[in-house]
Amino acid sequence: MSRRREREEFTSYYGRPILKEPTWEAADIAGYIFAGGVAAASSMLAAGAQYTGRPALERRAKLTALTAISVSAAALVHDLGRPERFLNMLRVAKPTSPMSMGSWILSVYGPLAGASAAANITGLFPAAGRACGLGAAVSGSAVATYTAVLLADTAVPTWHDAHEILPFVFAGSAAAAGGGIAAALAPVPEAGPARRMAVAGALLETVASLRMERSGHLSTETLREGRGGTLMRLSKAFSIGGAVGLALGGHRSRTVSVVGGLAVAAGSALLRFGVFEAGKASTRDPKYVVVPQRERLNAAEAVRREAAGIDAAA
Amino acid sequence: MSVTQLGMPAIGAPGEARKGFFTDTSLCIGCKACEVACKEWNSLPAERPLQLTGESFDNTSRLSADTWRHVAFIEKKVPAPAAGGTEGIKWLMSSDVCKHCTNAACLDVCPTGALFRTEHGTVVVQQDICNGCGYCVSACPYGVIDQRPDDGRAFKCTMCYDRLGVGEEPACAKACPTQSIQYGELDELRERADARVAELHERGVDEARLYGRDPDGGVGGDGAFFLLLDEPETYGLPPDPVVTTRDLPAMWRRAAGAAAGLLAGAAVVFWGARK
Repeated sequence: MSRRREREEFTSYYGRPILKEPTWEAADIAGYIFAGGVAAASSMLAAGAQYTGRPALERRAKLTALTAISVSAAALVHDLGRPERFLNMLRVAKPTSPMSMGSWILSVYGPLAGASAAANITGLFPAAGRACGLGAAVSGSAVATYTAVLLADTAVPTWHDAHEILPFVFAGSAAAAGGGIAAALAPVPEAGPARRMAVAGALLETVASLRMERSGHLSTETLREGRGGTLMRLSKAFSIGGAVGLALGGHRSRTVSVVGGLAVAAGSALLRFGVFEAGKASTRDPKYVVVPQRERLNAAEAVRREAAGIDAAA
Repeated sequence: MSVTQLGMPAIGAPGEARKGFFTDTSLCIGCKACEVACKEWNSLPAERPLQLTGESFDNTSRLSADTWRHVAFIEKKVPAPAAGGTEGIKWLMSSDVCKHCTNAACLDVCPTGALFRTEHGTVVVQQDICNGCGYCVSACPYGVIDQRPDDGRAFKCTMCYDRLGVGEEPACAKACPTQSIQYGELDELRERADARVAELHERGVDEARLYGRDPDGGVGGDGAFFLLLDEPETYGLPPDPVVTTRDLPAMWRRAAGAAAGLLAGAAVVFWGARK
């Protein structure tokens, strides 16, 4: 779109952005959201595995969950402007702040995932370990989905406009990532549920993100164009390619399981980075703020005028 | 009670009227005394690098962690009065500031409680609590609050909280030589603003309008509101901002649905697969 045409479409102050660009680093926050998704879905697989006699899948999923949530927490602390004050997150519990809720969710989930992994490795307290594993699976469902609210509850046009569908995009993406990694790590005979989770997750992730990209909001441009668009397209290629591989050959070949599983997980990571970059892009161009808000005002004005006109006629 | 006020005291402590700014841009002469007074009083660091933007007389460009008042300069073309006449230029000047929203997104999303509502009804960051998470920066629909990169914490206008406490007016209002920046009790400022718009309309200044005055607006009205002489976006203001937390209950419901679906899905992939 030419600069000239843009200038005719809306007014701005020397083309300067209205919103501030998110201060977050992609590696920290998109990485945090991806790792949280991996941890959450791994805990769900681990809980299923512990009750269906799949010890190899159980151990790998529990270790994956612990590793991922540790990486995730480290990324979150690293992204703070004052990392030494990270405990201030737990000063208050505010339902109006998804980040506050997320901190509490993590402080419930993290120890449960850690305890169930520790019990599994050491063989101590097996019953308590399994109970913690079940708790990690349940609290993990919040870890995987609250991150959608975290992004959507901002003035960032792309993220806020997606607030209805983003939790489903992220839930699918978490299942894809956790399932994919477990399919890659666990022995083929035990990895059936992981493969099914990866394939179903990739499917939900793809369908929901297509809906998000075609919701009709102006800001969805950033999910289809530029850096965000490139990442989203790459994500779909990896997710669909990996899912097809897993579905057709995952149960026969370890190699196909590893390559397919990692491809689906890579697709999930690319999606998180794609959504993150698209959001940042939508804050850099004032049109994503001005155009929809102006349209809303003009529509309200038209309704008001029409009502006034009817009154005057009557 | 709106969701954004959950757990927060009502605006204005008992017996204390809500304070605010009314910035009447029809009186602004672009002297930037407010910018300087704000920097001086609050000991705000200089913007680096210093640069000339070529954007009329504005080299500040925007509000930031280190700039809490920003004077915008707009050179607006005025069509020739008659055929054969020359096209003119008219200046629009406006001193922008934090809006101290009634439903403040920055305050809602702050995970540490560093941002709080003062007894004057203003919104202030407690600098000894802020851990620099940056959430407020992305939440503000006006793009006001920002992080100081070298410091890591978030900063914005406090409406001179220290001065208000001892009955002084904020530094910018004190320094304004034309009373473009008026400080006072919000209810009274709103009445004054309504009268001023009516006066301007009577004089034929049809483009005069109030911005952020309406308590029914998307942020529940601004504690710092404006009289503008053009569309808000001309001044770099969002035309119809909405507090992001208005949709938060819907978002939590959706996330809960997705979480339940995820758990159900995880159970289904093990269905009939017991070994």
